[in-house]
Parts: sequence; C-alpha cells; structure tokens
Amino acid sequence: MNMINRTRREGYGLVDTKNLPAATRRQFLKGGGMLLAFSMLGGSKALAAFEYVGGIDPKEWDEHAGFHGFAPNGFIRIGKDNEIVLIMPSAEMGQGIYTGLSMLIAEELEVGLDQIQVVPAPPNNALYAQPILKSQTTGNSTSTRAFWTPLRQAGAAARTMLVNAAAKRWKVDPATLTVARGVVTNPANGKTLKYGDLVEAASKEALPQNVALKSKDQFKLIGTPAPRVDTPHKVNGKAIYGIDVRVPGMKVGTVLASPVPGGKLVSVDDTAARKVKGVVDVLKIGNAVAVVGEHFWAAKSAADQLKITWDDGANAGVTTQQMIDAIKNTPVDGAVNAVKKGDVAAAAKTAAKTIEAAYTLPNLAHATLEPINTTIQVQKDGVDVWVGTQVPVNAQQAVAGALKLKPEQVRIHNQLIGGGYGRRLTVESIVQAALFAAQVKYPVKLIWTREEDIQHDNYRPIYYDRISAALDAEGMPVAFTDHVGGGSVLNTFIPTGLPKGALDSDAVGAVTALSYAIPNQLVDWVRVDPPINIGFWRGVGETHNSFVVESFMDELAAAAGKDPVEYRLALLKDDPRATAVIKLAADKAGWSEKLPAGSGRGISYHHAFDSPLAVIVEVSVDEQGEIKLKKIVAAVDIGVAVNPNTVKAQLEGGIIFGLSAALYNNITFDKGRVMQNNFDDYQQIRINEIPPVETYIIEGADHPGGLGESGTVSAAPALGNAIFAATGIRLRELPYDKSQLAKARAAG
Amino acid sequence: MYTLSINGKEHKVDVPDDMPLLWVLRDVLGMTGTKFGCGAGLCGACTVHLDGVAVRGCQTAVADVGKQKITTIEGIGDTEIGKKVQKAWLDLEVVQCGYCQSGQIMSATSLLAKNPNPTDADIDEAMQGNLCRCGTYVRIREGIKQAATA
Repeated sequence: MNMINRTRREGYGLVDTKNLPAATRRQFLKGGGMLLAFSMLGGSKALAAFEYVGGIDPKEWDEHAGFHGFAPNGFIRIGKDNEIVLIMPSAEMGQGIYTGLSMLIAEELEVGLDQIQVVPAPPNNALYAQPILKSQTTGNSTSTRAFWTPLRQAGAAARTMLVNAAAKRWKVDPATLTVARGVVTNPANGKTLKYGDLVEAASKEALPQNVALKSKDQFKLIGTPAPRVDTPHKVNGKAIYGIDVRVPGMKVGTVLASPVPGGKLVSVDDTAARKVKGVVDVLKIGNAVAVVGEHFWAAKSAADQLKITWDDGANAGVTTQQMIDAIKNTPVDGAVNAVKKGDVAAAAKTAAKTIEAAYTLPNLAHATLEPINTTIQVQKDGVDVWVGTQVPVNAQQAVAGALKLKPEQVRIHNQLIGGGYGRRLTVESIVQAALFAAQVKYPVKLIWTREEDIQHDNYRPIYYDRISAALDAEGMPVAFTDHVGGGSVLNTFIPTGLPKGALDSDAVGAVTALSYAIPNQLVDWVRVDPPINIGFWRGVGETHNSFVVESFMDELAAAAGKDPVEYRLALLKDDPRATAVIKLAADKAGWSEKLPAGSGRGISYHHAFDSPLAVIVEVSVDEQGEIKLKKIVAAVDIGVAVNPNTVKAQLEGGIIFGLSAALYNNITFDKGRVMQNNFDDYQQIRINEIPPVETYIIEGADHPGGLGESGTVSAAPALGNAIFAATGIRLRELPYDKSQLAKARAAG
Repeated sequence: MYTLSINGKEHKVDVPDDMPLLWVLRDVLGMTGTKFGCGAGLCGACTVHLDGVAVRGCQTAVADVGKQKITTIEGIGDTEIGKKVQKAWLDLEVVQCGYCQSGQIMSATSLLAKNPNPTDADIDEAMQGNLCRCGTYVRIREGIKQAATA
C-alpha cells in the first residue's frame, strides 16, 4: 500500500524552529495528569469533556496566552516549570503508539515517561508527515518504523541544546556533564540544573545538525515493557474519545444516509419527528438527513419517526453475487502485470503436477466499537472539528474543500480513537458532518448509530483470486501463478483515481514479494472496481493475499505429501529470519506432537511490514462443524522491540481480530443495501471462544518492524490450515462455512 | 423529574421516561466514561451497575432505575473490588483502544463481587456479553484472575 503523497518531503531532518505552530498552551499544563484531549483548541472556546464536566471555569482559559518555553522541534515542548509535553504525530487507536513514540523521544531526551505529558499533533504535513507514507497518516503498520530515527534525533538534539546551555552557564565542557531524568549534573562539583531552568538559554542554542544516537546497549527505556501513557485514564472513565467531546452549547444529532451507495435524498416527512420532545432541527444534504436534538436520545427517537423517500440510483440492484461474478467473468488476459519472473508456462510443461485453486474473500466492515462521530462548529472565522482520525491533514483539506475555506481556517482537534483498523483513514463522515454543521449556528456532535456505521462503511473489497502452481517430481513448486481479482482501494485515495492499466500495489500486496524461493512467478491483477465504497481494512492487501498464498502453500504441501512446516522451511532455507520464527513457533506449539482425530494445527508465515511472523493455530472440529480454538502460538522477528509488552499485545489482538473475521464477518448486499445491522448479524468473536495465546519475540535486525496489522494477516490462513489438518476439508472461501464442515464430518 | 443516585451522589434530571440511562449519563450529566457501542444490548460497552449488578445502560430506561444505586466507571475505583480490577488492568496492560474497557471493568467487578474466585468458565459466562474489537480477551481473563487474588 502506498498512501497518497500530499506533501513530499525527501528525507526527514530536524525541524527548523522558525517553522513551529503556536502549539501547546500553558493552560493545558495546569491540571496535571494526562492531557490527551486538550491540545490545539485553536480559536474556539470549546472544552474537552472532562474539563467541562469537572467544573473548571471556562473564564480561566486565557485563549491568547501562548506557550513560552523550549520548543526545539515539532515534537517537544518544555516549560519553565519543568513540565514536558510531547506532541504525537501518529494517532492513538489502541496500538500503543503514544507510548512507543514517547519512548523514542524520552530515551534520547533523558526523561522518564512519568515526567511527560502527550498531546496529539495538529494537522501539519511540514512538521508531522512521516517518512514512509510521506504524509501525516497513521496506517500500514508504519509509525514505529517511520519515526524510529527522527524522534530519537529530535530527543537527542533537544538534550544537546539543554546540556550546551548548562555548560555555558557553568563555563565547562558539555562533554563533562551528565544528564538523567531531566536534570543536568556537573559530576565535578555536584551542581545540578533542571531542564526547566534551562529553557530560555537552550532556546538560543543552535540546533545541532548531527547528533550521535545511542547504540542498543545504551538504551535505558527502549526495550523495556514500560507502562503505557494512555491507559490510566482508560480504566477510570476519564479518557476522552472523539465521541466524548462536549462543547458549550453543543447539540447532538444522528444521521440517516441513503441506504444505497450513490443514492439521493428525494424528500423527508418530518412532521412526527419534529414533535419529539428535545428535537432541535432536521437537516438535509444531498444524500442524507440529520436529526439534531438536545441529546442523542431525542435525536434518535425523532429519527425513528422520519419518513424518507430515497432515489436509489444506479446501484439499486447491486448484490454480493453480482460483485463476485463480475470478477469471475472478467478474463485474466487483460490483467495488469505485477510480477514476471522466469517463464511459468515453460516451467509448467516439464512439471510433474499442476495444482489450481480459486479463493473468495467477502466484503468486511471495520465495526470499530466507537461508532463514527464528529463534533463540529462552523463559525465566521473558520471551523473547529473534534474527531479521531488517522489522517488529520486529509480531514482538514476535505472540510476546507467542502465549505470553500482555506485549510488553515479548519482546525482539526484530533482525539483518542476507539478502534481504527483502517476505518478512520477516510474522511467522508467528517465532510458529511461539515455539510450539516454549516447549516446551523451551534456546535453539533453527530453520532452514527451502529446500524448506520455497519451499513455505510468503506468495505474491504471482495476478492476472487485464481492461483496455480507447477510442482516438480519432489513436489516442490517450480512455477507460481496468481491472478488476483478485485477492486482498487488505492483508487479511492487518489483524487484523480488510479488510471486504467496502472497497478494497485495494495491489491497485490504480499504476493509481489513472495518469501518462498520459486524460480518462475507470474502475478497479475484483474481490476474490477465494485459500485460500493471500499477502503483499507486491518492488514490491507497482505491480509487478503496472505490468506490465499498461505492456504495454497498448504495445498501444495498436501499435494507433495509433505509436512506444512517442513515444506515451508525447505522453500525458505536461505532466509534465516523466516526459518527462525517458523522453528520457534513450531517448537512452542508442539508441532510434532500428535493430536486426536478431529483436531489439527495450521501454520501461516509471512514477511510484511518488515516483520517476519509465524502463527500456529490449533483447533478441534466437532460433528456439527463447530470450530473450537484450542491454542494459538505466534513468533515474530520484530527487529527491535521498542516496547515488548506492546508487541505482544498487538500480536494477540491482531490475531484475534483476524480470527473474528475468518469465523464470522461477511457484509452482503441485496438490492444495493447492506443486509447486516448490528453485532447480532455482524457477529464478532467473544471471550468464551478465545484459547490461550502465546507470543514470542526475536530481535533479528537493528531497527523495528511494523506489527499493528501482522497478526490479522496470519489469522485466517493459519485457522483454515488447522481446519484442513483436523478434517481434511479445504475451505477456500471466507468466512469459513461450518455447514460444509458438518457435512464432511457426517460423511466421515 | 427523576432523582438518580450515581456513585454516591444525587442527581436530578428532567428527561423522557424511556430515555436509556446511557444517554442520561453521557448527554445530560456529562459522564462520558460509559460508552455507546451498539444501542441494542449486544456489545456491553455501556455496562453500569444497579445495586452492584451489571446491566446494559442502553437497555435500561431511566424510569426503571427507581431507587437503585447506580455505579459507573467514574465511581468504580471507590469500591474495593473495582480498585483491584483497575490495578490489574494497568499491571497487565489489558487495554488497547480502551473503548470497551469501561464496560469490561464494570462486568468484571460485578462478577468478582458475586464470585470472588471465578473459574475460566465463570469468566466466560460473565464476560461474553462484552465485545472487544481489539482482542484484549486473553488479558481480560488474566486481569480478573489477578484481581481475584489481590
């Protein structure tokens, strides 16, 4: 996946101090504790909820007092009172990135995590674009990899300036001073200066251009399971997510958009709705209606009374089967080539055996537990938007575009995110909120119901992939062909669209860099864009393609009569990192130990996001086809584990997220409408289904890999391969159909 | 007009009879720790206690609360068990996005109040109404066990 490059910055150096926003305000530092939700309130009088509720007099807020202190770059603010605020360029959506990024800065700045506070960065590509995605975007498991060097540099540069300032004051060589926990010490005489004492002098120091960074053996914080900085307020109700923001005078609304993508609003009969107590407004835009009330319940009760007439438009007849058939019926001749290595046709001619299969993947919703919401106030001088987003700059530009404003007139106040998984990489719900809010004078929070959320997502597209391999006499693959079929997600992120004939690197993600040593390879992509809205979903192209490739590798091993682990190891014998994680996982899972009939283990391996990962799932399948998860083992080579506890948490959660989809998730369309509504018919895995999960970390490189999505990528193929081991049934369609297993088990 | 006892304090609210407690807490009283996830009693994000028993705030009409004492995530740390659960959650780093965790903690606290030493099966039964999309279930189970022995 390549995100859109909106502001290209080559490399990533230290930031020019002249280029700083008036960022952190002194007021944020008053209350102490975590300041997650209070950053960058811009010109608005808005308050985040727990300040508002907590009884702080808004008059105490001096809008115009800026920050006076040490601001060496976009990421660090140190006040005279010794308070340290770190500005987070990535969005926190549960992956622990506020902690990980803080650890990178704090390691070199020589402060403890207990001494810092963090705030989300405002939209500013010049300051906060990250070097992999080249934009201020949180996604594709890039944040830790991207900021690994820049944030340590930022911390080291700031520390150097503070130490140099102390050295000048004491008239000593800076190299003779020591520094720890925000205090500079002169070991010769025991004198100390706190960072807060040095902010003015340090601000006059030159920004060092080349700062030495610590080597791995010098790390004090990186590599430790340091407590997360965002979690204390997540266990006591004080954490503020987008949906929790409260602005003085705010009303609360809910939205009903056209049930068919591309449909239009014809008319609304709101006679009954307007009689509901507490209703404030019924607002219309081209394809949606919002009901606004004094509280959500008034809005929701009134929305239930609306009689809306829609024009369903061109997609009124769309069904899931049509979308699958559209791909199946498109010949592969016109496919866009992605990999051409050797000659698969020639190799197949001399092969001992050819294996073919087709795999089908469904539409998936993200179903983040925090439903889509936006709080927004449109005023004469501009707009304030409180929202949790993975793309604050895109949100700013989109709202500005929709309301015909300059981007700087749109102030995005990013919030904690109650689940992202790719859902908050798109901004259409924020634009929708802006179009409604522009019609009223009050600030409004628009919350989608769960039903609205599930039925108006940007869905992971349907894929239908035709895959084949030619095996030699030993059963090893000599040729590999994968005709990937489906829509282009990248297309929806490019303002002018992805041109016909161009390759969507996400659609073929993972298959273009196959780890297995196969001499002849052909990979291409049959592009069939669906008429529905599609988007990135956790694990992106790798989740889709690793399901196909890793399931198929198991088919090849079976055809060769070989053990799936041994088969993979033979094809990876020149890849020490892959070999290490597979052997570790197999060892810990007891791969060689026999299981009773009806039970089986499955493995999947992939190397994506710079992190080789092996996952082994053990299941049993009963006579009714019910799949019981028995044990999960994962081994990852993360390169450098910045916070090993977070690495483990991401693996555990990522795998479970993927298993939930593999077992249950299937968005279907009929008459252009999504047939699922809520968590009863868009089911998710629950605690009673979860077996023990063991995770193991290898550190086999000098830099961290990405991991937010890796576990999800591994889950479905490892599960499918385990089902095959348990039953002999190869399921090539997601989610796994238990009725097929029941039939097969009954047939014996 | 209803008088509600929430976390030991009385609150007077003038709201419709059928208004779910969830929205009274969030939109009228500004107590946003209790979360909206599904509105249909399917996810457990809105779990609060009525006289110590876990209920879904989105399915509890304000008119049905009566004199029962309401405890929310904002007040659970004032109870002995709630405090232990919160500590276990932090010690084990249970939380990821955290959006479901108010509800998880309320359900876990209610379980431990009734059953100080729950088995895995007890935990599964008490907690299966609480969804977590981040997949923190393994640590939730460990967290309950740690709180039970703390």
